[in-house]
Amino acid sequence: MSKSVGIVESKIFHCEDELTLVCGKKLSEFDLIYETYGKLNNKKTNAIFIPHALSGNHHIAGKYHKNDKYSGWWDNMVGPAKPIDTNKYFVIGINNLSGNDGSTSAKSINPKTKKVWGSSFPILTVKDWVASQKKLINSLGIEKLYAIVGGSLGGMQAMQWSIDFPDAVEKILCIAAAPSLTAQNIAFNEVARQAILQDDEFYKGNFYQEKTKPKKGLRIARMLGHITYLSNDSMDKKFGRKLIQGKYNYNFQQNYEIESYLNYQGDKFARTFDANTYLRMTKALDYFDLEKNFKNKLSKVFAKIKAKYLVISFSSDWRFPPSRSKEIVKALLDNNINVTYAEIEAETGHDAFLLENEHYHITVRNYLRS
Amino acid sequence: MNRLDFIKISEWIEPDSKVLDLGCADGALLKYLQAKKMTAGYGIEIIPENIEKGIKNKVNIIQMNLEDGLSVFDNQFFDTVILSQTLQAMVNIEKIMDEMKRVAKNIIVSFPNFGYWKNRLQILNGKMPKSSDLPHEWYNTPNIHLCTVKDFYDLCEKKRLIIEDQLFLTENQPIKYFSNLRGSIGIFKLSK
Repeated sequence: MSKSVGIVESKIFHCEDELTLVCGKKLSEFDLIYETYGKLNNKKTNAIFIPHALSGNHHIAGKYHKNDKYSGWWDNMVGPAKPIDTNKYFVIGINNLSGNDGSTSAKSINPKTKKVWGSSFPILTVKDWVASQKKLINSLGIEKLYAIVGGSLGGMQAMQWSIDFPDAVEKILCIAAAPSLTAQNIAFNEVARQAILQDDEFYKGNFYQEKTKPKKGLRIARMLGHITYLSNDSMDKKFGRKLIQGKYNYNFQQNYEIESYLNYQGDKFARTFDANTYLRMTKALDYFDLEKNFKNKLSKVFAKIKAKYLVISFSSDWRFPPSRSKEIVKALLDNNINVTYAEIEAETGHDAFLLENEHYHITVRNYLRS
Repeated sequence: MNRLDFIKISEWIEPDSKVLDLGCADGALLKYLQAKKMTAGYGIEIIPENIEKGIKNKVNIIQMNLEDGLSVFDNQFFDTVILSQTLQAMVNIEKIMDEMKRVAKNIIVSFPNFGYWKNRLQILNGKMPKSSDLPHEWYNTPNIHLCTVKDFYDLCEKKRLIIEDQLFLTENQPIKYFSNLRGSIGIFKLSK
């Protein structure tokens, strides 16, 4: 069994460069919370950045204390002798702007008003995140990342990097992502948002002052999201029609194990996650559309990129299915970009990108080594 | 590396040209062509372990089922498309031939020759042939569409493909005469 990176700690990057956002608003200064694992070599050529997905953060691997119950969210992928090998690479995790875990967000103080941003915090896009991440990477003295490895929303950030900063990254590993969301994807996000927006405890986004949070909305949003991350088969295998107490109760208490599981996940999430972050993350997903500024031609999007690509999809992922990854592959091929595509057989749906799978892990390991 | 089929295929390929290898396995041929001819290109493969090995061989490899066609590639995208030892395992051979014509100027095809005398002899003895080129039992073979060299000529005629050059091999040795009888593998350079 491979080892973990061990005990880690977060750092703060404070940036006083003004950031003009896609929406037109400006952030006069911002903080990004980040973590690093492994050692940056003298030439600074071994850095790998791992952008996070919707509910992720900068804490990718390791633990904060010996007794921490959980490790970072991608501990099976990142560590000594793991596919993203911290003995070889210097790995960087950043909590995105408007993220849940300490980077500047709706929970932060607006430097101009000296009050909590709350609902007035702008809606950021993937492009804005990438611009802010670039400033942090520059501050570490890294001119060119060896690779960016991103799954789901992280894959979208990875693609955006290669487009906005073609000279700043050598390899993109774009995993379980899509060039844009479909109407169905947006529909799920909208139901999740409505659950939060209609929660009485939401107070139009200014619930911090009321010393409360819209837990009901958040837990429904998470329950819905969770369903879309799993596949019908994997849910059936894990829960089937199993009953909690072995019999029908003929009331509206939780009766099936799947109900108990979803409620547990919802509760856990609602305790720790910020509603304004959730709303803004889903909006960043919705607004992500590579083609938008390229006359709706995906192949034009990649015309000036210089990175090599590994695109990975999972057979049972119906949120961002293999067909969406193939759109990316096709657009890269149209531009004669070096691209490898692996469609991993996995029954665990969209979540597969976070789970251990031998073929998946060997593919990532070999690609980083080659 | 002393595979005569690789050497011959490499002779047929222009330096710095674009190549597509269908059913590229671990990418060995693409790697060879990259080294010898500085070609750029892609391989298509369906078996996961081969994708892992292809990545190690530093070739571009796309995991796809050839039976689904080559719609990810535009018309005449490649200079040469290669179908090496894969034709006989395809369900829809005419479709892949049409797709190859669509995506490339030149086509290279190789396959095990069912008309090879050792195969004929085994049939005469009342058994399905087995050899190093056809190692499977009849009931588990992936090679569902076996043909002889003469059969292949007929298909090329139907598909309006001209045979520009050809090489026959038996145990990695070239065969010059009576090739449909003596050659266990045929390699063909075709043009439209």
